[in-house]
Amino acid sequence: MITLTSLFSTILFLLLLNNLLLLGAPGIAPLIRLTAFQGILLAVLLLGMDHALLACAIFGIKGALLPGLLERTRRRLATTDEPRPRLHLGAGVFTGILGLVFSLWLETRLPILPHLFPPLLLPTALTTLFCGLILVVGRATAISQVIGYLVAENGIFLLGAPLMAAGAIWFELALLLDIFVAVFVMGNAIGHIGETFDSIDTGRFRSLRD
Amino acid sequence: MDCYLAGLCVFLAGAVCLGLLAVAASFTPPRPRRSRRVNALGAGCAALGCALGLGGAAGALLDGGDAALRLPWGLPVGAFALKLDALSAFFLLPVFGLGLVCALSGGMALRGVRPAEHNLAAHWFFFLLLLLGMAGVVCARDAILFLLAWEIMSLAPFFLIDFNDGDSKVRDASWVYLVAAHLGAVFLLAFFILLWQVTGSTALTIEGCAPLTDAGAGTLSALFLLAVAGFGAKAGVAPLHVWLPEAHPAAPSHVSALLSGSMINAGLYGLLRSLALLGGTPSAGVLGALPEWWGWFLLLLGLATALLGILKALGQGNLKRLLAYSSVENMGLMFMGVGAGLLGVAAGDAWTALLGFSGALLHMLNHAGFKGLLFLCAGEVLHAAGTVRMELLGGLQRRLPLVGAAFALGAAAIACLPPLSGFASEFVLAMSLLDGASFPGVERQLCLLFTLAGLALVSGLAAAVYVRAYGATFLGEPRTGFAANAHATGWRGLWPLALPAAACVAGGLFAPYFFDLAAGTALTAIPFPHGLVTDLPDVDAQMRRSLAMVSMVGGGGVVLAFCLFAARGLLLRRRGVLREKTWGCGYQASSARVQYTDASFSEPLARLFAPFMGLRTRGGAPEGIFPDRAAFSVAAPDRLRTHFFAPLFELVERVCNACKILQHGKIHLYILYILATVVGLLVWGLRP
Repeated sequence: MITLTSLFSTILFLLLLNNLLLLGAPGIAPLIRLTAFQGILLAVLLLGMDHALLACAIFGIKGALLPGLLERTRRRLATTDEPRPRLHLGAGVFTGILGLVFSLWLETRLPILPHLFPPLLLPTALTTLFCGLILVVGRATAISQVIGYLVAENGIFLLGAPLMAAGAIWFELALLLDIFVAVFVMGNAIGHIGETFDSIDTGRFRSLRD
Repeated sequence: MDCYLAGLCVFLAGAVCLGLLAVAASFTPPRPRRSRRVNALGAGCAALGCALGLGGAAGALLDGGDAALRLPWGLPVGAFALKLDALSAFFLLPVFGLGLVCALSGGMALRGVRPAEHNLAAHWFFFLLLLLGMAGVVCARDAILFLLAWEIMSLAPFFLIDFNDGDSKVRDASWVYLVAAHLGAVFLLAFFILLWQVTGSTALTIEGCAPLTDAGAGTLSALFLLAVAGFGAKAGVAPLHVWLPEAHPAAPSHVSALLSGSMINAGLYGLLRSLALLGGTPSAGVLGALPEWWGWFLLLLGLATALLGILKALGQGNLKRLLAYSSVENMGLMFMGVGAGLLGVAAGDAWTALLGFSGALLHMLNHAGFKGLLFLCAGEVLHAAGTVRMELLGGLQRRLPLVGAAFALGAAAIACLPPLSGFASEFVLAMSLLDGASFPGVERQLCLLFTLAGLALVSGLAAAVYVRAYGATFLGEPRTGFAANAHATGWRGLWPLALPAAACVAGGLFAPYFFDLAAGTALTAIPFPHGLVTDLPDVDAQMRRSLAMVSMVGGGGVVLAFCLFAARGLLLRRRGVLREKTWGCGYQASSARVQYTDASFSEPLARLFAPFMGLRTRGGAPEGIFPDRAAFSVAAPDRLRTHFFAPLFELVERVCNACKILQHGKIHLYILYILATVVGLLVWGLRP
């Protein structure tokens, strides 16, 4: 019989695996699918922590709505193939593993109240955060950078999960709403950028720097 | 204190109203009647606030008591702490006094301004902010509040100088001012941060700065140098004076007068206040603990500034630029006074100590009077003739008799002619250096003697500069149509000038009373060592007696001059008086071309000082029996600006451009910077 702790550990392990897969995913479509999977994993994790209502909301927003919006944007842009990423995919995965090692080191050094974080939650959250940022840095298209931000936000969300008291649910929901609006706006903006510049490769916006 | 606060409230309320009107004026078509009303409102608010503040400052000086105010302050650091003590009240006199005159004069000058070209509501909004900032700076007793007021005082002139923003030179001048003001602010920021680090408090009181006793000599000296650089940049001390000759001529005259007569005094105030804080710790034996080289540094810096300012003024063809360089010279004299005061304290010489500090304070007060008057007169000349280039003017005394008389009075005062105010204060400064013989060591005695000679040279050159300025502008015959067609200004437009003119006369005739005021302020504001305090009243009384003698003789001279003038009028009453052209020398076909120009007047001095001060003379005297056409000009380009600051800023620009390699426009790499910084900070913060 699978105990609750082992289920928890399995989900954290799957999250870590998902992060590394995200870094190694070659196109936008697999990235969106993996983001949806990460959202579902987060919802299951919350269910395990007895936050049923929040789990449903997370499942709806991070597991279905946001990936749906991203998929809709991808289809509207009709660019299925990601231009050559700035960071080689293998190097990305390697950097992610370095991020994992750094997170494990941080867990030993960070002055945190004992028993606040369940085992392995802190390194997983930090790794997710780092992987999100590595995605933002390493990928070329605006849409994959939005996915990077989403993954980083998932990491922050994981960090906040154990700190959640009853009142914090509303705060978290408000945060989710912010992210939702941001992604919605970004989706539209990317659409318009794609129409105007015939590309969503952010490297081509350099002339806008001054 | 109540009157002072009421004045601040008037400034604040006026600024809010005018700010709203300025925004409204940007969205509505210009209307002349509304513009006139806004002008009256702005000038009225400024004048009312200044009158109230002047009452408060004078009351505080006469009562002699300190008044403090603390209000709730929403910020985590600092406090809203104001205090009106003798030093603050003394420095408020020129702020409010000259502010009142400039508000009235500016209100009259701007009556005819076309509303389509200038937003007068915005102009008066910034004028009120400048007054508010200056009044705040001298009373703030908290570093954060001080810096806030300082920043308001520094930012407002940028918009005031930029009044005629259609002219590219004016725009350049305002930018030069802004950069210089913020460079000075950087030094001040460093000064206050270091002070905060050492004392652990932002309070600018002697009690709050008590931990300075434990600070090392290096820290104290660093604080001193930062204060000199920061406050010196505002005061226009060399080599940080370069903004002054650019900004003051570009601004409207009532603004130039206020900047030159009041705002730059904030630099002197800041320096005096910081010296009192650095040396005023009760247990350190008060100011006596400060190193002697501080005094020498300030004395020589002041002398160099004064010499540079007056020699540059000698080569200027623009009347307002000449006045601006003259402000640099006068600030140098004030710094010399402070330096002499510090030297006197270090050497235990009560005479030098008291006369140095009080001479600087008295000269500050007098300078506000005559410099305000001269700038406002220059404004009237500009308004009447359309230019202030002296080579195009001449003969204005007959066309603008009142302006000419006021300018002559101001010029005589600033050129140290007795019995006017300039003579009184420079006399005190010279007397402070006269006691050099009682200093230990020949090198000190010689150095003070040379400084005294330098002061005398500066005064002599100042007389030459102002004879030239007045002579070339007002005497002789008009050189061009600008002067010939100058339209006269009636007394109705000139009555605000009566106040600074009266200050020039009263500052000389009642010099003992003003000296008493300055010495009393110095005695309460500067923590003199206990050993000196007993001798100070004797020095005070002795100097007052000397000044009373000077005033009496001077007053007698004035009465005699009036009697002679009346007698001359009486004797010539029934005789025909023939008037000849000035410098006509009896030559029948004389023209304006035979008279001295501003350049030819300063030629001998310019040739003498050219190698030292970068004065450039061009052309020469015609030779032979039938001379050819000849031209002569004297120019005084600011070498510090062209050879030091310009290359320096070009270098900074190159370095900044080189740093653009980091600002490449690739957003993902910007995020990498953030990621790297976060990881780096985490590793650094959590290292074993």
